[in-house]
Amino acid sequence: MAIDPKLAEDLKSQGVHVTSFEGLINWGRSSSLWPLQFGLACCAIEMIAATMAKYDMARFGAEVFRPSPRQADLMIVAGTVTKKMAPQVVRLYNQMAEPKYVIAMGACAISGGPFKDGYNVLKGIDRFIPVDVSIPGCPPRPEALLHGLITLREKIAKEKLIGTTRARHADPNGPGDLPVPEFGPHDLEPTFNPDVWNPPSIAREASES
Amino acid sequence: MTPDLPAILARVQAALPAATLAHLRNPGPAAQDSLLVATDSLVAVCQFLRDTPELAFDFLSNVTGVDWPQPAKADTVAMPAEGTPPAACGFLEVVYHLYSTSRRAGPLVLRARTLDREAQVFIPSVVSVYRSAEFQEREIFDLFGVIFTGHPDLRRILMWEEFMDHPMRKDYVAPDDYEYEPTPHDAVLEKAKQHYPATSEI
Repeated sequence: MAIDPKLAEDLKSQGVHVTSFEGLINWGRSSSLWPLQFGLACCAIEMIAATMAKYDMARFGAEVFRPSPRQADLMIVAGTVTKKMAPQVVRLYNQMAEPKYVIAMGACAISGGPFKDGYNVLKGIDRFIPVDVSIPGCPPRPEALLHGLITLREKIAKEKLIGTTRARHADPNGPGDLPVPEFGPHDLEPTFNPDVWNPPSIAREASES
Repeated sequence: MTPDLPAILARVQAALPAATLAHLRNPGPAAQDSLLVATDSLVAVCQFLRDTPELAFDFLSNVTGVDWPQPAKADTVAMPAEGTPPAACGFLEVVYHLYSTSRRAGPLVLRARTLDREAQVFIPSVVSVYRSAEFQEREIFDLFGVIFTGHPDLRRILMWEEFMDHPMRKDYVAPDDYEYEPTPHDAVLEKAKQHYPATSEI
């Protein structure tokens, strides 16, 4: 099943590239990630900078920011997700075609960041959509976004398309559209999606009490 | 340039005898005094301040709200003038900052107070005088719950329409969606105690 690396190297020197279909498909997917063009706060400015000439995200095949979720396969949640915006983000995620990936960029998208204790900010977009790569920072530098993108590429390159450990999008019984939270009288309803977000129960250290 | 409040007050009183105004002094270091305007004369006073050529307060820079659950506190910040007894119950206050671009004067600070914090939360809208008040009054309606009578489009502007609370009020209780905090202390520690049991081994 697996290709002998030495044999593959020998063939490569002769101009023959040996790979698996899985490797070929993953190589194609990871090399042309098209991000969805939207930004929510100041992280979006760094995301824009990452696409410009100095940092040049095009080197990694991810420069084509698509204005439509139907054409995008990477959602970069760049910025503070307010509770008012969260249903729209989930809806955009649902509208993207599989395979799709999510990068949570910055402290706000990961956890709510400095606005965590506020009444109007979602405490992390991972409560509603599955996040593949989280990039800490406030905001992260463009290099950090590129590092996150490369991390995602490595993750895609290792994806299995068949078998029990196959990727979510290759599983016909995988989840479909995620439920979009409703606006409730005091908070979003529900406040998180238990299929996506399962925080471990943490015991508090008794010495701090 | 801070406007001469006693002179403006006298001028308004002379032109509008029915208007009830009071000069509130600010004992703090800012010493920014303000005019407390009765709600029924607010629009007339704003109209007068804008249209009188010698005053010409043509620019409403800012409208904001203050929640005073305990009215006595409001009086320690801004001492009420004689004849304005503090309200028995709490009230909501709306603060207006007026500038005159032509005279390069301002800010002139106006305050208006509701009767209480629950049912009588009405303040007349000044949108008919200052168009720039429209969104800011919507914001105060959203966050404080002041109802601006005569506002052309009084809807929530920041929170969603189904939202029931007024988050900037002092007695607002945020949703209890606490999650893990690595180094809890003070109020956060109290929340942590409620949400996570302490381990016994340490």
